[in-house]
Amino acid sequence: MLAIVDYGVGNLFSLRSSLKFIGVDAVITGEAAELRAAERIILPGVGAFGDAAEALRCRGLDEVLCREAAGGKPLLGICLGMQLLFEKSYEYGEHRGLGLLEGEVVPMQGRLAPSLRLPHIGWNALHIKKPCPILKYVGEGEHVYFVHSFFVPGENENTCAVAEYGEWVTATAAKDNVFGCQFHPEKSGETGLAILRAFCEL
Amino acid sequence: MITKRIIPCLDVRNGRVVKGVNFEGLIDVSSPVELGKYYSDHGADELVFYDITASYEERKLFTDILTQVAETIFIPLTVGGGINTLEDFDRVLKCGADKVSVNSGAIRNPRLVSEAAEKYGDQCVVLSCDIKRVDGVFRVFAKGGREDTGMEAISWICRCVEMGAGEVVVNSIDTDGVKGGFDIEMLKAVRAAVNVPVIASGGAGKAEDFVTLFREIPDMDAGLAASIIHFGEVSIGEIKSLLLKNNIPVRL
Repeated sequence: MLAIVDYGVGNLFSLRSSLKFIGVDAVITGEAAELRAAERIILPGVGAFGDAAEALRCRGLDEVLCREAAGGKPLLGICLGMQLLFEKSYEYGEHRGLGLLEGEVVPMQGRLAPSLRLPHIGWNALHIKKPCPILKYVGEGEHVYFVHSFFVPGENENTCAVAEYGEWVTATAAKDNVFGCQFHPEKSGETGLAILRAFCEL
Repeated sequence: MITKRIIPCLDVRNGRVVKGVNFEGLIDVSSPVELGKYYSDHGADELVFYDITASYEERKLFTDILTQVAETIFIPLTVGGGINTLEDFDRVLKCGADKVSVNSGAIRNPRLVSEAAEKYGDQCVVLSCDIKRVDGVFRVFAKGGREDTGMEAISWICRCVEMGAGEVVVNSIDTDGVKGGFDIEMLKAVRAAVNVPVIASGGAGKAEDFVTLFREIPDMDAGLAASIIHFGEVSIGEIKSLLLKNNIPVRL
């Protein structure tokens, strides 16, 4: 069973539908016991980093996720869920993340040419930097759907794929069994479904 | 590189996709679920569903259809039509919409934009604006283009973006359904005024019109298409191939 973390953030309809479409049963839960029992976990998220990090913390889910990840369970963060996996975010202040991936989340505002619109909304090409288990069915240059105003800049050893939007945006990052997608696989057509399928095969 | 989006727009009434000319004379086209699936399989980057229903029963039918679409199509879905309150946002988001487009509801109560952006995020709130030239001025029209609000359009759009609208759909009543091409002059004026994505609507009659749109306004983000593709005159694939041939980036 796959567990989608429910911590009061975001709309989980599409994620659940897309998993159902590829034949994967998912439970939406905020219960530590169910997350521990799950074979793999998806951490979704829309909204502000600080609020989301706090929502995880006050439910005690930050510890649960870190422990499950340390135990080797596949964990996938999507959009804000990916950003939460990093060490720190500078979205309206300074907030601590789960620290499962190396890097920091910063505003796109002020770093991009003024002609580029924010949020970064739309289909952008993935440029694959290194092999990654969840990208095994994805080819160089395939498009995925992004919606975000904050990003993880720069490349490090966790970076698996980037997208170009004025700067290089971390699109997929991974470390061992922990994965993050800045884009929305559940909204990225066939390419997105292939990424979810690959994650569910881990 | 980010691609230019081609977005089919499905006006849904009484459970069917319909299309009119200059906002009138509605013609029955197809089943929204089938048509949505078809477009999704044939290159649509996003889908917009406008609920142009009049009664409670029809509204229920619309949300049932929306749920069916959202369960089978994994590209972004925007829903508009009859969005007047936060409860309306909630209703369509629960059926699987990703973004909600507001028009007359925002004109009646501009705070709807800021309240929705606060609750669901800027990315969720799309301002849709029906604009027509009156005495040489771009004016905002309400109620499906039937009522002149007297408001100047550019300042209205800027105000909504300041309140948190994350994207703007500009629908030119002057060119809608006429198939003579997009309203480049109007779109340029809006594009220059705001820094959020702008989606062009109204007037596409042939694939070349999309090339003209993105050539004339390179910073335009997306084009909406309805009658041009619903009647099978041009396919999304043909539009995108032509764009690509003209070095305009698209997702194939």
